[in-house]
Amino acid sequence: MSNGTLYDKVWEKHKVAELPSGQDQLFIGLHLVHEVTSPQAFGMLRERDLDVAYPNQTFATTDHIAPTEAEKRERPLTDEQSEEMLSALERNTSENGITFFGFESGKQGITHVVAPELGLSQPGMTVACGDSHTATHGAFGSIGVGIGTSQIRDVLATGCIAADKQNVRRINVEGELGEGVYAKDIILKIIQDLGVDGGVGHVYEYSGPAIEALDMEGRLAVCNMSIEGGARAGYINPDETTYEYLQGREYVPEGEAFEERKEYWESVKSDDDAEYDDVVTVDADDIDPLLTWGINPGQVIEITDSVPHPEDFEARTDREAAEQALDHMDIEPGQSMLGYDVDVAFLGTCTNGRVTDFAEAAKILEGHTVDDDVRALAVPGSETVREECEARGIDETFINAGFQWRRAGCSMCLAMNDDSLEGDEVCASSSNRNFIGRQGSKEGRTVLMSPAMVAAAAVEGEVADAREFLSDDPAGGASGVEEAAD
Amino acid sequence: MSGENHITEVGGTGVPIPGDDIDTDQILPARFMKEVTFDNMADYLFYDARRDDGEFNDHPLNRFDGASIAVINSNFGCGSSREHAPQAMMRWGVDGIVGESYAEIFRDNCKSLGIPAVTTDHETVVELQEWIEDNPDGEIDIDVENEEVSYGDTTIDVEIDDAMKEALVEGIWDTTALMYSNRSKVEETTADLPYVEGDD
Ligand code: SF4
Repeated sequence: MSNGTLYDKVWEKHKVAELPSGQDQLFIGLHLVHEVTSPQAFGMLRERDLDVAYPNQTFATTDHIAPTEAEKRERPLTDEQSEEMLSALERNTSENGITFFGFESGKQGITHVVAPELGLSQPGMTVACGDSHTATHGAFGSIGVGIGTSQIRDVLATGCIAADKQNVRRINVEGELGEGVYAKDIILKIIQDLGVDGGVGHVYEYSGPAIEALDMEGRLAVCNMSIEGGARAGYINPDETTYEYLQGREYVPEGEAFEERKEYWESVKSDDDAEYDDVVTVDADDIDPLLTWGINPGQVIEITDSVPHPEDFEARTDREAAEQALDHMDIEPGQSMLGYDVDVAFLGTCTNGRVTDFAEAAKILEGHTVDDDVRALAVPGSETVREECEARGIDETFINAGFQWRRAGCSMCLAMNDDSLEGDEVCASSSNRNFIGRQGSKEGRTVLMSPAMVAAAAVEGEVADAREFLSDDPAGGASGVEEAAD
Repeated sequence: MSGENHITEVGGTGVPIPGDDIDTDQILPARFMKEVTFDNMADYLFYDARRDDGEFNDHPLNRFDGASIAVINSNFGCGSSREHAPQAMMRWGVDGIVGESYAEIFRDNCKSLGIPAVTTDHETVVELQEWIEDNPDGEIDIDVENEEVSYGDTTIDVEIDDAMKEALVEGIWDTTALMYSNRSKVEETTADLPYVEGDD
C-alpha cells in the first residue's frame, strides 16, 4: 500500500470510521449535484424522512439536459421530461437549502467546469458527484470520486460514502509537449499505454515536468479522463500554478485566510519519499496528437500512425473488440486516420469546454471557414466560460468561421438535450467517450481528439493534423509531420 | 438492521451477456435517463442492442426472459457511473451476476442495491455461458457466503470482493443507516478540516 502520498493524507483526514464491511466511512467535503442522477436520491431521503446533513458543502447546477440554444432555455422547457427533471432539482435544492446555479444565475454549466472556476474545488478536499468524471477535480490535489444514486443518498443524508482505499500509481510525464500537442494528448497517450482497464484498483497521481508545465485547465483535462483509463480517481499535487488559479475566485478565502488555507493545502502534498504501489513513465517529447479510431477510448493512435490490424493485439478479446470497431467505424486496418471524412465538429464538454480550449481552437480557425459539409458546434462548458470567451472576442472567431456558438451544457457529449448525431454521421469531438450510441445515434461514429484537432477537422471536412495550421510557413507545417513520423 | 437484508444466496435461471468492456451507455442508453424515478428502467435495458429496426432481435435478454443470474465477461459496466444501469438489470429480474470482472463504480452500485457480483476466470465464465445456452431452464445458484456457484452437476469456486460479501451476508449493504449512526464521529472529523464550516 502507498504511503505518504496526497491520496493517503487526504484519505486519513476524511476517514470517519471503519465500517463492519471493512470499508472506510469517508467524509465528503464537496458534493456536486446535477439533475440526472439526483432526483431518485432525494426521493429516497424523503421516504426515510431524513434531512440533507451538510447543505453548505453541497452545490447544484444543471448540465446534462440543458438546452444549448438560447431560445430553448425559456421555461417551461419544451421537452417535458427535461422540464420535470429541472423542476425537481429546483424543488429539491430550495427545500434543502442547497445553492443551485440555474440558468438565471449566470453561473450554470457542467458541474466539473463550474466548481473549479468558482473556486469550490480546492486542494485537500474530498469531492463526490453522481457523475463518473468527478475525477476532474483531482487537478487541484483533491480526491474526486464518481458515485451512484444510492451513494448520493448516503452523502446527502450523512455527508459520507462507504469506500475502499485504492492503490496509487504514479504516472511521471517527462519532457515537454511539442507545439500543437496538448493535455488531452497526454491523457490519451496514457490510456493507449495502460489500457481502458489499466487503472482498475488504482488512483493515478500525475506528476513530472510535462504535468507541472500545464495550466489548471490542462490539468483538469488530464484528470478528467482518469476514469476512461479505469482509475477510480486521478490527481495532481498542488503547486504555485494551483494557488495562483485559486486566488480571487468566489469561494476561495482572501487575504490572511487565504494564507492559512494554503498551509493546509501544502500539508497534503505527497512527500518526496512517498511510496507508490506502482510507477510508470511517459515521455511527452515523443507524443504526436492522438485520436481514437474505434469505439472505446483505448482504441487510440497517434495521428502519424495507421489503424491497427486486429491480429496486432495479443488478447483474443482485444482482437474481437478491434474487429467490431473497424466494422462500426467503417475503416480498414493499415489506413491512416488522416482524411477520414467528418460530418460534425463538436467542441465542448467537461474535458475540453474551458476558455483555453476555445482559445486554442480559435488559433486554428482564424482566417479559415468550416467545410460546407460540416455541422460545427461550439458549446462552452459553463456560462462563465461563454462570457469570458465573448469578452475576449473568441466567439467572433468561431461564428465567423461558421461554427454555431451555443449556451452552456453537456450537449452532444451524450445527447440528452436536442444536440445529437444523426444516422451514421462522423463526429470529430473534444469529448471523452466514443462508445457506440453515446452521441445520440446508434450508428453514429465518434472520433475523440483535442480541441485544436476538432477545429482543423471542421475546416478540412476530414481528420487533419492541427499542427499544419499552426505553422507560419505553410511548407513547414507539413515537414513537421514528417519529422515526427520517422 | 432487520434480518431481511441478509443476502447469502441467490439463484434462478441464467442469461449470458457476452462481450468485454460493455459500457453503461449500452446497458442503459442516456436518452432513457430523463425520468425522475427508476420505475421504468427495466423497459430500457440494453434498449438498442435488443432491437433491429424497432423489432426485438435474438439478443440473449430477449431469449432468456425470466432469468435471475446474468453471466458477463470482463470490465462489465465501464463508463458512466449511472446507477440506472444496475437498477435496470435488477428491475428486469437480475438478482446476481457472475463474470470475469466489473468496472468499480458499477460494482459499488451493485453492492448498494444488494446484487452479488462475483468473479471467476475467463474459461469458467465461457463454460457457464455455453451451459446456459444448452440449458435455458437450468438453475444457477450463487452461494455468497461460501463463494461458490453451482449449476447442473458442477460447482465452481468464485471470488467476491470482501466488503461486498461482508455487507451482503451481514445485511448491511444499505449504508445510510450505518453511517448515520456515526454522526458524532463525522463531527469530530469535520472539526479538523479547515474548509468545512460548522453546520448552521
Ligand atoms: S460533459 Fe459529458 S462526460 Fe462531462 S459531465 Fe457532461 S455528459 Fe458527462
